[in-house]
Amino acid sequence: MTDTAALQSKTQSNATATAAKLAAGDDSEGMSYLESLPRRLITLYLPLGIILLVLLFPFYWMGLTSIKPDEQLIDMEKYNPFWVVHPTFKHISKLLFETQYPRWLWNTMYVAVGATTLSIFASVLAAYAIVRLRFKGADTVGVLIFFAYLVPPSILFIPLASVIQAYGLFDSPLSLILVYPTLLIPFSTWLLMGYFKTIPFELEECALIDGASRWQILVKIVVPLAVPGLISAFIFSFTLCWNEFIYALTFLQSTPNKTVPVAIVNEFVDGDIYKWGSLMAGALVGSLPLVILYAFFVEHYVSAMTGAVKE
Amino acid sequence: MSTIQTSMPPGAAMGEPSAWARMKTNRNFVALWFMLPAAAFLILFLAYPLGLGVWMSFTDEKIGRSGVFVGLENYEWLWDDAIFWLSVFNTLLYTIVASAIKFAIGLYLALLLNRHMPFKAMIRAIVLIPFIVPTVLSAIAFWWIYDAQFSIISWSLIKLGLITQNINFLGDTSWARASVIIANIWRGVPFVAITLLAGLQTVSPSLYEAATLDGATSWQRFRYITYPLLTPIIAVVMTFSVLFTFTDFQLIWALTRGGPVNATHLMATLSYQRGIISGRLGEGAAIATAMIPFLMAAIAISWFGMQRRKWQQGSDQ
Repeated sequence: MTDTAALQSKTQSNATATAAKLAAGDDSEGMSYLESLPRRLITLYLPLGIILLVLLFPFYWMGLTSIKPDEQLIDMEKYNPFWVVHPTFKHISKLLFETQYPRWLWNTMYVAVGATTLSIFASVLAAYAIVRLRFKGADTVGVLIFFAYLVPPSILFIPLASVIQAYGLFDSPLSLILVYPTLLIPFSTWLLMGYFKTIPFELEECALIDGASRWQILVKIVVPLAVPGLISAFIFSFTLCWNEFIYALTFLQSTPNKTVPVAIVNEFVDGDIYKWGSLMAGALVGSLPLVILYAFFVEHYVSAMTGAVKE
Repeated sequence: MSTIQTSMPPGAAMGEPSAWARMKTNRNFVALWFMLPAAAFLILFLAYPLGLGVWMSFTDEKIGRSGVFVGLENYEWLWDDAIFWLSVFNTLLYTIVASAIKFAIGLYLALLLNRHMPFKAMIRAIVLIPFIVPTVLSAIAFWWIYDAQFSIISWSLIKLGLITQNINFLGDTSWARASVIIANIWRGVPFVAITLLAGLQTVSPSLYEAATLDGATSWQRFRYITYPLLTPIIAVVMTFSVLFTFTDFQLIWALTRGGPVNATHLMATLSYQRGIISGRLGEGAAIATAMIPFLMAAIAISWFGMQRRKWQQGSDQ
């Protein structure tokens, strides 16, 4: 009995395992030994190198611009634009001490953490109910949640603006904390459903026989076993919040309440040709928290992305 | 034996639990409470606004005053509006061109990443970075790269002797369309590549070995092994890619705001401009509602495509 359960969970967790393998890199050599080095150079390393260069160049440019003194930015004849001679931290310090940037960073962080926590809580409950309680209509609810994932913010922001207005939440970060879960819950629920399915049902049966309630089972058995899934859902949701733009642009009006993406588009854009240094510094500083988070949790992030698509 | 009997409370001995106890273990009742938080969010802030949006498109609501029902007036107005049709054309052009190229480059990149090489894990992690960084922030970097005066691309091409004067990337209609499409492709390729790579890794290498022994060329191996096995995941990935591209807002808003002369206005940006900036909520809602049929068509195509595929492959799921 336990053997079949283990086997079952093994096959079901294949998706997770592939994702982990994908991030970690497997050692299977396959048929690559049939290729000579010059051939590999042309068919693999050269195209891959070009693609990587194109993918990373905007970040290099962002970083370079944010430490370049103004006169080097606008004089492309005297200085080679691809390099910087006397790097300066002027733009970054101007950004951090002369604008409300720390405040915007804080807003973004506050909204992202708040919305993600709420969504994960709701998603864990919903996913458990759909997968394990098997209530009447559970499959229909699962499909509805999938369709909710396909509803884009671009068709909702106008009616939502009037809903938010009616609730008296206009121009408050709280409105975003309440609205972002509509983007995150469908995705996280779908992802966690996949994870919960891999947890052997026998564990729950044992607990039920011992008299545990559904809530106790969820908190003491299912959630601890689904921690990797929770981390994946958390990281992905956090990134989505940080990236969201149209709701933040529509709901937030006053400068101190804005999130980083909205503030960068609206607050730095003046006629000044020297704006580029601080603009790039703003983009760089705004991206760093996510890149650092991503660097620590690559595997979880990739499994979240591929897991949700595969289900 | 006797100790067990005495330890049982009287009444419960005959196994007649109270109504509350039965409720507590009724799975439909418990599930209702478990579904409540998620359902509350999705109904209040997703389903209700979706319906409200369709309703608003039939009213002349403006910011600061509630509207009255005007029937199809907003849609009739849009039907004769050249800018609206231009935005539909732009959206279709943007979606089709960007999705096709994202698919081609993404699949190619996935095939490259699937091969054996040193630092494989690190390269795969790096590829995804453009997808991690918030779109608006990378769009700002593209804005600077596309700058009319100090564009690094123009500078490089002039130094290489290919052009004689700066390209006005975001000021010229054709260049602006091409520029936003390229920025969108740059942002979308990692997503397509990494998800397709996950699909590729489920294909057993022994299939390729067997095909090679039978004398299959690398194109035949791709066409008759990789492609058929990858079709379901391609359908899902491309549906998502098409949906997100079709409803894109932030990239355009950060780069061009619909200009020059509306050449890059998508339906989403036009809806924002008419609905929020000009304050004509009803008209903005009508433009947003007009996107729904397109989205449903895209979902239906991929859905039926997948069903047909499954039917051909004889899957019972």
